[in-house]
Parts: sequence; C-alpha cells; structure tokens
Amino acid sequence: MTTATIAGADVQIDDEGFLIDPTEWTEDIARQLATNIGIELTDRHWDMIRFIRADYAANGVTPGTRRVQAAGGFATKEQFELFPKKPQKKSAYIAGVPKPAGCV
Amino acid sequence: MPTNQRHLVVLGAGTAGTMVVNKLRKKLKKDDWKITIVDSSTTHHYQPGFLFLPFGTYTTDEIVKPKRKFIPDGVDFMVAEIEKVLPEDNQVLLANGQTLSYDQLVIATGTTPRPDQTEGMMGPQFHDTVHEFYSLDGSKALAEKLKDWPGGKLVVHITEMPIKCPVAPLEFTFLADDFFKQKGMRDKVEITYVTPLDGAFTKPVASAALGTMLSDRHVAVEPDFIIERVDEGKIVSYDEREIPFDLLVTVPLNMGADFIAASGLGDELNYVPVNKQNFLSDKYDNIFAIGDASNIPASKAGSVAHFAVDLFAENFISHVAGEKMVHFFDGHANCFIESGDGKGMLIDFNYDTQPLPGKYPLPGVGPFSLLEESRVNHQGKMFFKWMYWNLLLKGRPLPVPALMSMVGKEEPKELETTEV
Repeated sequence: MTTATIAGADVQIDDEGFLIDPTEWTEDIARQLATNIGIELTDRHWDMIRFIRADYAANGVTPGTRRVQAAGGFATKEQFELFPKKPQKKSAYIAGVPKPAGCV
Repeated sequence: MPTNQRHLVVLGAGTAGTMVVNKLRKKLKKDDWKITIVDSSTTHHYQPGFLFLPFGTYTTDEIVKPKRKFIPDGVDFMVAEIEKVLPEDNQVLLANGQTLSYDQLVIATGTTPRPDQTEGMMGPQFHDTVHEFYSLDGSKALAEKLKDWPGGKLVVHITEMPIKCPVAPLEFTFLADDFFKQKGMRDKVEITYVTPLDGAFTKPVASAALGTMLSDRHVAVEPDFIIERVDEGKIVSYDEREIPFDLLVTVPLNMGADFIAASGLGDELNYVPVNKQNFLSDKYDNIFAIGDASNIPASKAGSVAHFAVDLFAENFISHVAGEKMVHFFDGHANCFIESGDGKGMLIDFNYDTQPLPGKYPLPGVGPFSLLEESRVNHQGKMFFKWMYWNLLLKGRPLPVPALMSMVGKEEPKELETTEV
C-alpha cells in the first residue's frame, strides 16, 4: 500500500494502482485513472461507472460482469467495447472500487 | 399433531440440507418441531467422486446412494419439485399441487451446472467433443470418451465464477496429465487451461503455487477469458479470442435453483442473499440459506457447508427461542486438491485469510501438508469418501474445528490477509 497523488489528491493505492478507499474517489481521479489505461470516458462509460459505484455502496461487493449486465443494463458485449479486454478490472479501477475477486 | 408444534421445512436434501436435518432433529424436541425435507430426487451423489469417474478410479455405485438412508427418523422426506416459495405467506408450493406451511425455512438447494446458458454449449457437440464432469451423466459420458480418445487439443475451461468446488477444474487438469502419461500418450495431448480469472486460482499465494504446477506439467494457461459462445471445434471470447479444441471439458455456468428466482429470493445467479456470518436472509427473519444456495463470498464446497452447518445448528436454537445468534461463521473452507501420480495438496482458508503453506491440523506434524503435494494428502482425500457417507452426512462429529485456525500456517512475507 502506498500513497499517490492523482489529479491533485493524495490517495491510498495498492500495488496494482487500485484505490484502497472508495470514498477517496472523485470524478477528476476517474478521468486521470482512465487516461492511465488509455480510455476516453464517454457518457456511457460514466453511466457504467456510476452504476458500479452505487452497486458497490449498496452491497459492499464489486459487481461482476453478469450483475453489471442484469442489474445495470450493460450487455457483456458493450462492457467489452467500453473497457476493452478486461472490462471488470478496468471499470473497477476507474470507478475506484476493489478489483473484483472473481469470488472463490 | 400437538397444537404448539412448529414446522421447519428444509428445501434440498443434498450435503447441506441432509446435515441440517440430522443436526437439528437431535436438538429439537419432536413435540415442539416437525421437520420436513423436500428434494426432487431420491438419490444422493457423492459429488467429489465426479472428478474421478472420467479416469475410471471410482464406479457409479460407490458414489450414488439412496437419500432416504441419510435422513433420520422423525424427519418427513418428501420427493417433489419445488415450484415457488411464498415468503409473505410462509408457504412453499410444490409442483405436485401440494402446499407446505412453515414457521422456519432453510433453503439448501445448492447450485447446478447450466450448459444451456452459454450459446452453442449444448449443441450437437455436447457429450461428443464438448463435455463436463459436474454431473453423474456428464462424468460417465466423459469416461467413455477418454477410454479411446486418440489425443489432440484438450481444453479445460471455466465459464464464469463462482463455481462449485473451485479447485476441481485444476484437479481435473492434473489428473488428465497423469492419465495420459500412464497411457503413454502425453506427447499426443496438448492441454490448455482457460479461465475467466487472471491466474490459476482466486487467491494470490495459492494461485502462484498452482500456476507453477500447471507450467511444470506443460499446461498452457489462457487467463481473463470471458466466453461468448462455443463454435464447432473452438471457444470464442467476448474480446474475440478463439481457442480451438478437439476435446472441450468445460465447467458450465453455475446457478442456484430456478424456484429461487420465481420466489423473488435470489440475485442474478439465483443465489439467496444472506448474512455471511449466520445465513439469515437479508429480507425475511424466518428464512435461511445454507451451503451453495446462498450468496456468501466463500467457496461453494461441501467443506464450507459442513463448517457452516455446525454453527448454524447452534444458532438456529437461539433464533427460534427469540435470542441472538452468537456463533459467527468465518467462511472456513478446507479442500484437498488431487495433483496426480498418487499425490494431493490441501488448502485451508476463510473469508479473510488466503490459503497458506504449513501443516494441518497439527503445526509441524500434520499429517497433512498445506499447499504442498504429498501422498498423505491424497490418502486423506480418498479416505474422505468414507467419512462423507458414514460421519458427515449423518451429522456426526469430524475431527476438525468449524472455525479456521492460524496454527501451523506460515504467514507470507508481506503480511497479506485479504485479497484485493
């Protein structure tokens, strides 16, 4: 665990660069994190990020691909279009919630 | 029936449900509580045995027995399909038209492989070049296939997490490697392990150890693979990677029972949201879900169900007496991992502590080695079948504690007790 300055804010990150504390997240941080991994955020990206944050806040668990599809209304194919190759990991990274564990 | 008698209904007579009625029938007076258990099937399958059937290690009669044999006297066993639970009315509707009224309900209907949920998986290739080993029929069909399979590209594949017994596809891969070596044809088989995870397993220390075991056995790993469909002779991911196969052994999507969705009690995979420490439904204070049927973030495995039921039985008595439940489940799991060549590994972990190396249950002594291959671990796994049929299902004590202990475990260099 280290402290990093992202978009002018001091935040705690883990060794993969994920925010440790979701409450430290801001939209400016999200923009910077998205730039780090080469993603330009469109309205649809923001919709999905907001769903993931709201669902995490409600359930304490980062929603998986299937939940983002079923409860959030983002088809798996679209998730891959928005966040190429690794939608779960990339969207969680930008949304400032823990990396999905893929369960156990 | 006595006027004050209350009714406990348990849905599902698998590992968890059978243990629940055995434990609770001993604890609840018959005048106070009637107990009914419902299941659509009359046969109990020793599911860990499905892993061995394809390689001819077990025969069907060793792993299939009548459920009735494990249901204690004083418990009504009803064979019926469950249609729906009406939680507001405290009723269960059965497909045969009967209605059961309950005071307390325990949902223990587990999780089921659903090949129908992935496009192309159940096409004409199913049970020909596309196989699974999570059902009795599937394991038997795969055994037939492997008998005279000439070799080629074997792809072992996990559709999506969570799955029942998350180490089983790894075990299958290790046993397949050994099986083809014994047959003198390992050089004719190319094995690829395809997973939606970013490595061999969900937890970092074990993932590294198991990943090394795969590369030692010349098994290629294709991580982060989210399947879109099965085509003829290949699987295709959402990001358009294609993996060709001559023989696909897949773990289909696992889902809870459909009646859970119909009853409005489930999440998107039909698992019942419950408190992860005591298994009480988030919505109803007279509904519990235990074993694989719940959404607790633990492995879907018999060992978890076993440790969970030990605590649940104590808690249930308090709960129905109007008292607080004071036993808290920690997500304890304990899994043997067959690694081939007469050896196995053992992992022991919970919600917060990942599998670590060490000795179990006695520090320094074992006899079991954690996260390390040994013959004793393999013998432990083989002996477990006897324990399952003779002790575990009947609710008799096993010589292992319900909560995980750090005794005997070696902490990783960086103290890392949770995964990200």
